[in-house]
Amino acid sequence: MDIRSTGGAATLDEKAAVDAVLGESASIWEGGERRPGDDHIAYGGRATRMRRHLLLPVLHSIQDRVGWVSRGALEYSCRRLTIPPAEAYGVLTFYSRFALQERAPLALHVCDDLACKCAGADALCTELERRIGPPGRSWHRSPCLGLCDRAPAAMVERAGVGHAEQQIAPVGLELALGIAGGAAWPAPVERTLPESASRKLLRRIGVVDPESVDGYRKLGGYAALRRALELGPEAVIREVTEARLLGRGGAAFPTGRKWDSVAKAAVRPHYLVCNADESEPGTFKDRALMEGDPFAVVEAMTIAAFAGGCEHGYIYIRAEYPLARRRIENAIAQARLHGLLGQDIEGRGFAFDIEVRRGAGAYICGEETALFNSIEGKRGEPRNKPPFPVQAGLFGKPTLVNNVETLVNVLDIVTEGGAAFSATGTAESAGTRLFCVSGHVRRPGLYELPMGTTLRALIEQAGGLHDGRSLQAVLLGGAAGSFVTAKDLEVPLSFEGTRAIGATLGSGAVIVLDDTADLKQLLLRIARFFRDESCGQCVPCRVGTARQEEILERLLKEHGAAGPDVNLLGEVAQAMRDASICGLGQTAANAIGSALIQLDVFASGPEAPGGMAAR
Amino acid sequence: MFGAGGGTSSYREAEETDMVILWGSNARETHPIFFHHLLRGVRNGARLIAVDPRRTSTASWADVWLGIDVGSDIALANAMARVIIHEGLANTEFIGRATSGYEDFARCVEAYTLEVAEAETGVPAEAIRDVALGYARADRAMICWTLGITEHHNATDNVLALINLALLTGKVGRYGCGLNPLRGQNNVQGGGDMGAIPARMPGFQDLEDPAIHAKFQHAWGGADFPMKKGYHLSEMFESMEHGEMTALYVVGENPARSEADQTRAVRLLSGLSHLVVQDIFLTQTAQLAHVVLPAAAGWAESEGTVTNSERRVQRVRRALEPPQGARDDMALISELAKRLGQDWGQPTAEQVWDECRSLSPMHAGMSYARLDELGGIQWPCPDESHPGTLFLHERLWADPVEGPRAPLHAVEHDPPVDRLSAEFPIRLTTGRRLDSYNTGVQTNEYTSPLRKREALLISPEDAHRVGVQDGERVRASSRRGSVEVPVLFDETLRPGLAFMTLHFPDQVATNILTIDATDPKSGTAEFKASAIRIDKLTAVGAH
Repeated sequence: MDIRSTGGAATLDEKAAVDAVLGESASIWEGGERRPGDDHIAYGGRATRMRRHLLLPVLHSIQDRVGWVSRGALEYSCRRLTIPPAEAYGVLTFYSRFALQERAPLALHVCDDLACKCAGADALCTELERRIGPPGRSWHRSPCLGLCDRAPAAMVERAGVGHAEQQIAPVGLELALGIAGGAAWPAPVERTLPESASRKLLRRIGVVDPESVDGYRKLGGYAALRRALELGPEAVIREVTEARLLGRGGAAFPTGRKWDSVAKAAVRPHYLVCNADESEPGTFKDRALMEGDPFAVVEAMTIAAFAGGCEHGYIYIRAEYPLARRRIENAIAQARLHGLLGQDIEGRGFAFDIEVRRGAGAYICGEETALFNSIEGKRGEPRNKPPFPVQAGLFGKPTLVNNVETLVNVLDIVTEGGAAFSATGTAESAGTRLFCVSGHVRRPGLYELPMGTTLRALIEQAGGLHDGRSLQAVLLGGAAGSFVTAKDLEVPLSFEGTRAIGATLGSGAVIVLDDTADLKQLLLRIARFFRDESCGQCVPCRVGTARQEEILERLLKEHGAAGPDVNLLGEVAQAMRDASICGLGQTAANAIGSALIQLDVFASGPEAPGGMAAR
Repeated sequence: MFGAGGGTSSYREAEETDMVILWGSNARETHPIFFHHLLRGVRNGARLIAVDPRRTSTASWADVWLGIDVGSDIALANAMARVIIHEGLANTEFIGRATSGYEDFARCVEAYTLEVAEAETGVPAEAIRDVALGYARADRAMICWTLGITEHHNATDNVLALINLALLTGKVGRYGCGLNPLRGQNNVQGGGDMGAIPARMPGFQDLEDPAIHAKFQHAWGGADFPMKKGYHLSEMFESMEHGEMTALYVVGENPARSEADQTRAVRLLSGLSHLVVQDIFLTQTAQLAHVVLPAAAGWAESEGTVTNSERRVQRVRRALEPPQGARDDMALISELAKRLGQDWGQPTAEQVWDECRSLSPMHAGMSYARLDELGGIQWPCPDESHPGTLFLHERLWADPVEGPRAPLHAVEHDPPVDRLSAEFPIRLTTGRRLDSYNTGVQTNEYTSPLRKREALLISPEDAHRVGVQDGERVRASSRRGSVEVPVLFDETLRPGLAFMTLHFPDQVATNILTIDATDPKSGTAEFKASAIRIDKLTAVGAH
């Protein structure tokens, strides 16, 4: 509020977009016209600063309405929220969704990430460039859109009063050209899931009407919440603990222990956050849950809030999932209508409500503390831990944060009991797991299998490789995961099983690559991904991801001249692993490192780097 | 306050209070260090109220801004007091035990209804009431002020009006409560503490008290020095005007630019038969001097102590040798004494300080060793086992009260001397900016990205009325003189209110416009309120 930029005035359209979120400005001090009453009195201070968390919703509103965020619009937002423009500019430029230069209202985002590459995204992009010019104007290259089972994928949005956005997959050249040229968008196709060996979490998807609370109830919905309310918070936590449920977001932390810590935290209020910022390349399980069974997500959040003593909840959904967001918003609205959210849930005096927050194109916001900062209206930079979220999370208060899949597991745990839940799976990994299978298999899609099922069995479920092809590698856990090869096909897909071979289940992404895959290009894409997505806060990651990409480029171009460069890559990896603040930097070298060890990516076959321990 | 000229509270208390009223203070820009402490308090949940004619950057942090008309502070304070009394929120137990003069005071404020206050201040009655009730009901609340209160012809009355509010509600002498004039430099407090004010010896001891006088006379080998208090700055200029004062020794001041009605100040300084200026820069005043004594910089080239707004005495250490020819103030004064026939030798800073400790009871326990060890000590600190004093006037809460009662004063609103009229319809107020200090002696050598051209800040509405564009040069005139100055639109100013700084006297001599109407008790001129008119310059090249 001290520093003014010189962006000029906001247009009427821009003001309307901001006011749509914040309400009309009440005085000149909030950026309105001077009214006689303004001369001698102003209110603001804490009341205004408390709305700081609305900065991202405001920026979204401007971007939706105008297609970009001008300096004038930014300045008006700053005035309304009393944020120094320099700081708000830092937020604005952090998130890739926001355009800082004027551009056409219509924007087509074409995914060129791992799974889409396997499905010809590179050729599509090359042809688009030849026909309608380089990316950055009417079309844009995008990291993974979470549509890997229908690759290649795209997303289109049109700014304006009736802002519209839609995911499109698969997308071919003609379709892409048509959309970029202003043609009507194809109707979204509701896809059913392929058959899985066991369908527990997924059982309602494709069966239930995702728009109807009654439909959900008919299929057993909200029985778990009723049961939880009967049991009481301690008993719910006991069941979750007994179920031995581990977090499905990637870190595999014991869920019961987390809930217990939040429930016991003395500081108030407690917050519940559902992490639906599913951005790990190759991952689309949370999208499927939110699109296909949104009430389950809302019900599970309500139970978690009840157990953790949380007064208020947020679900942070990545910007690339407009349908999931609409469905969740609808589910929340209907739940409120039916007394399943609000001041007195199910007439038991339990008060809880949920706000939907929309990501803005930043992979790092999947890291829980970065996500908190993002909800608070700040740059999505991870925080140092400790303090841990259960002590000081969102707005500095005790926060229960769980991934979508983790939460949905709780429904069966509450209804069937923790012991029954843990009967499925292995000794250390209870329950089933959602696997996002993409790449070179016959039936890419979302599969639910008991923990401990082998990789081979999973690939067979997905129809195996195409005829005449042989397996080159499998990327387990997405860009932050690692490559395994045919010799590892018998690995049991459980937390402990993958750990034993130095790999990880991660987010459940399984990208299968046959002998046609251009591994070098994929590795470069991974390196570019991390370089783009590093938040830049800490040096090991900011510099390390850049050096990693440069070294890799050099190595691949020079066909593995090997020697010092390979060692250097190992040293950079070690520095990132040891010294980065968060998981992004710590895992940014994993996939590349594992490829160098497991796979013969260099034609001239350099020595495996000595200093690089695959994880 | 009630005998001790310092803020009552510690910085730490600002971090742990429930409410702060910043009254006539743009602390965000003018007291940034204190404001950091205050912001901590705000983040811890304290409500912040800003009372200021301008909606400053401080006010934009506040929960409520009361944009009073310049010089209507007493009307506001008295109306708040009346609300507090009528709502039964006066702390009668405290008033009865620890204060005096309540009846006169209550009778006086009875005339200040909310309607009267709204008419005098411009602030809506309801807002005045809310702030009054909030202050009275807060468990902990403090009032802080700066020159917006004191640069008025009735400065002392303004301060008394604020003290009244604290006494009325028992918001002084307790942790987190208090009355705090914020000091504009690291050692404004220390200057006063050391006796660089007309009526006091070091440690705020009354010069006219025979026992005090005798104590110093004894310590100083029977030295003969006046029994009567001296002149304050405004009285000195009056004395020069009357031809009585003909010689002046100026140490670290720039009155040729900092005095109100600058034309007169320069005329009087130029007419002196002997002017000595001791400074680290060749100021405009130094340029008028017969003798200039180049001094070492106090903060980097000298040893000694400074005292900040929370009464904390801190050590200052020499980091650099002064440039050739410049000497430490102590050395200069000792040398001067020698030439006048008194050989004081070459005392070290510590020796001088120890002498001060031996004569000033409130500093007695502050040895250099303890100042080092404790990171500074807050006065009073009467002996070497005393930890220093976190906040003042705790005695008022003893039953019965220790020492004299604190008086409430009946003070009446008295608008600024320089009245607005059809000829001079715009109220000009002056102040400082974050990156500059007073006449710029210490700051104008530095560049600052925040600094724009020196200008007359006016509301866009007034500019429109006069028919001038942003940046256009205008003639600004008061009853005393006129200057040419570019205007700068500033929508934090309401129509009828203009603002200038004193920072760049050579570009814009603001003090040609200001009035030297002076508070008789404090000697401060009414820099905050001049009546001016703004005229469009007619013909190009006319001036």
